[in-house]
Amino acid sequence: MYRYDEFDAAFVRERVEQFRYQVARRLSGELTEEEFKPLRLMNGLYLQLHAYMLRIAVPYGTLSPRQLRMLATIARKYDKGYGHFTTRQNIQFNWIKLGDVPDVLADLATVEMHALQTSGNCIRNVTADHFAGAAADEIEDPRILAEIIRQWSTLHPEFSYLPRKFKIAVSGSAQDRAAIRFHDMAVEIVKNEAGEIGCRVFVGGGMGRTPYVGQVIGEFVPREDILAFLEAVMRVYNEEGRRDNIYKARIKILVNAVGIDEMRARVSLEFVEIKASGTLQLQDEEIARIAAYFAPPDFEALPDVSGEFEAARHADADFDLWATHNLARHRTPGYAIATISLKPIGGIPGDATAQQMDALADLMDEFGLAEIRVSHEQNLVLPHAKKRDLPAIFARLKALGLGTPNAGLVTDIIACPGLDYCDLANARSIPVAQRISERLAPRQEAIGELKIKISGCINACGHHHAGHIGILGVDKKGVEFYQLQLGGSGAEDASIGEVLGPAFSIDEITDAIERVVDAYLETRQGGERFLDTVRRVGLEPFKQRAYAETAHAAH
Amino acid sequence: MLNLTIHIVRVLSIDFYGWDCDFLSMAKVQTPQMLTANRLVTGEVVYWARGIWIGSLTAAEVFADGRQAEAALDQAKLSVADRTVVNPYLFPVRAEDGHIRPLEEREIIRAAGPTVRSDLGRPTAHV
Amino acid sequence: MPLIRNGAFAEDHFVSVADDAPMPLNGTIVSLARFQRERETLLTRNSPLGVRLKSSESPEALGDDVHRLALIVLEFPIFRDGRPFSQARLLRTRMHYQGEIRAAGHFLYDQIAFAVRTGFDSFEVPEGFTLAQFERALFEMSYVYQPSADGRTTIRGLRTEATVFHHHAG
Repeated sequence: MYRYDEFDAAFVRERVEQFRYQVARRLSGELTEEEFKPLRLMNGLYLQLHAYMLRIAVPYGTLSPRQLRMLATIARKYDKGYGHFTTRQNIQFNWIKLGDVPDVLADLATVEMHALQTSGNCIRNVTADHFAGAAADEIEDPRILAEIIRQWSTLHPEFSYLPRKFKIAVSGSAQDRAAIRFHDMAVEIVKNEAGEIGCRVFVGGGMGRTPYVGQVIGEFVPREDILAFLEAVMRVYNEEGRRDNIYKARIKILVNAVGIDEMRARVSLEFVEIKASGTLQLQDEEIARIAAYFAPPDFEALPDVSGEFEAARHADADFDLWATHNLARHRTPGYAIATISLKPIGGIPGDATAQQMDALADLMDEFGLAEIRVSHEQNLVLPHAKKRDLPAIFARLKALGLGTPNAGLVTDIIACPGLDYCDLANARSIPVAQRISERLAPRQEAIGELKIKISGCINACGHHHAGHIGILGVDKKGVEFYQLQLGGSGAEDASIGEVLGPAFSIDEITDAIERVVDAYLETRQGGERFLDTVRRVGLEPFKQRAYAETAHAAH
Repeated sequence: MLNLTIHIVRVLSIDFYGWDCDFLSMAKVQTPQMLTANRLVTGEVVYWARGIWIGSLTAAEVFADGRQAEAALDQAKLSVADRTVVNPYLFPVRAEDGHIRPLEEREIIRAAGPTVRSDLGRPTAHV
Repeated sequence: MPLIRNGAFAEDHFVSVADDAPMPLNGTIVSLARFQRERETLLTRNSPLGVRLKSSESPEALGDDVHRLALIVLEFPIFRDGRPFSQARLLRTRMHYQGEIRAAGHFLYDQIAFAVRTGFDSFEVPEGFTLAQFERALFEMSYVYQPSADGRTTIRGLRTEATVFHHHAG
């Protein structure tokens, strides 16, 4: 993974002092709250319902054991002993004091971490495939480009006061595990016919009030030109994005207002000029230098089948179940990608305690695992686990409450913090996730892959538009109601879920979800996933079932 | 798994399903209000109590009358200017059996803490 | 308002003139609208001319006339409106403007470093703002990651230099 050199280290240290000074000026009254707010947001600091919330950047979701231990320390020292992993691969702490933040940032800087640009109208954390460097179908590790983009976008003098937030994602394979088509701008690494690696660039995707799937603005941008191209897009957005209405200020609105062809034309004008200047050309040496940080670890030469692994699967039903759902194929024989579920049945999605974080760091050291990843689905991933170590790893995970065998299943729910924590929320989302999880856990094997995503308000931090089942919390005369959407997908077959009908109350929603699932189980053909059935038969059968009075009365 | 109704009942003794009806009958009289903010340095939720900010909602001041409420809000702006708090605002409450309850769920949660973590309690507030 | 230009307090040799007010003899700043309306007259005057742009007005509206302007004032209607940074950048790189670019309106101390990088030379600052604060703003961050209009060496450039040095020294 990337290692700071003297320049990166000096940069974050100075940034801490810069923020310390901003806090001092706020406390002295030199800065009003209105002036201070964007500044603190650019350091990831929100004022939420109960306290300040600090969102710490985890660039492309990659953490070392040392960094994980520091997050545990911060949870204990400055917070209430736990953190929440987010849908943008970051981590949030909910009980931070403003007065402590400069010290939190100083502690983070000692392990090459920061909270830069995790909020505010600037370029946010660059996310990437959480299976990067390990996935069998990968063309190139997307984190190389993600790191290059991260540096270019950090305290960019021209693009720090944008019309609105700007989110960038990178995928290194055709299979999209990073939901790139729902980002303001995204890069898919592709190979052309000549075998050269380049960038397919998407623009104008997004969630929120008006969701859009991103459109291709550059089919094959050569890698050396990618920064010039991204800068061109940013300039057009900075100049022309709307500033009169915060609900219409994202680039997706601009793209859809002028059309993708016009957008491409405007970007091309800028791009040609920036490219001609040569200032942003990516040299091969630079790419190679960054790529070296992401060189794969020294893999042991192992047979793909591990005796210990297979034996454990036969001997231990729990391990077998976990191996069935939580492992993904690694490009290297004898290795597997292991998903650590942060979705215990009935638990709070995405939360981890300081003890769990420390124990995971210990586990990583013990098994020689240099990296852990945060996925945008609010789980953790060990990208390079030896199959023969997995039985022992699983035993440890299970003891920590981190061994839930539900990756991708119906209880692997994504939920934003919602009205329990968030100042923007209209309704609670976590209790809904908990109820659904408990209700459907007994049947999750039979149900198969079903991605439920819950947002507590229209801002869609739970990515409900991309859920196979999406749930949006709304406020109807002060009472929490929940609207269902079906058929969304965040993968390369990106689609926005369709609203099923009138919203359900918090006491009705679990039953409604169960009826929708029942309808699927009765309608599916072959090995169809829920999403496939919805796409095949449409919403009508689900609608009828969800709103059936008799079924409701029966519960 | 946390029973939500029980959580709220335990903490604030509120009939979560009954308030809707009570609100309608309250519409005939001015809705009582209270004043809240967050402390600037700590972010803690605080309530106005006759010129000072305290952590406990139940011990804070209730304004029966809109003008009193607005007057307090004006005074609260001094607390913003001197950097004690940020974002003071009024919110509706109702009185029941001598207890004060916010009408809005958001304020119930701000007063009681996240409904999914009753083990956390409220952050300790300064008086 | 006090003016800081090129890192020092300076006399302002310009006055802003409303769209319908008579033009004094010395350096004047007019709105883009007035410039476009009275272009001929304004450009033949014998004193320095400045144009004040709103954040919604593209410098490209000035075309080649930009080279006949001694000063361009870019106004921040509110500090959150970051268009002036792109306006300045455009003036310097695409339009090769070499005159003075001045920041006016509501911007923060925290934006000064960005403004200098994107091509601003001067700043209308509030009363009481000190040079010490200005310098601090400029030097809070010793290093920058990305190139901008100021041509400042980026971290990547410094890394290359360091490598070259070690290479030669090695």
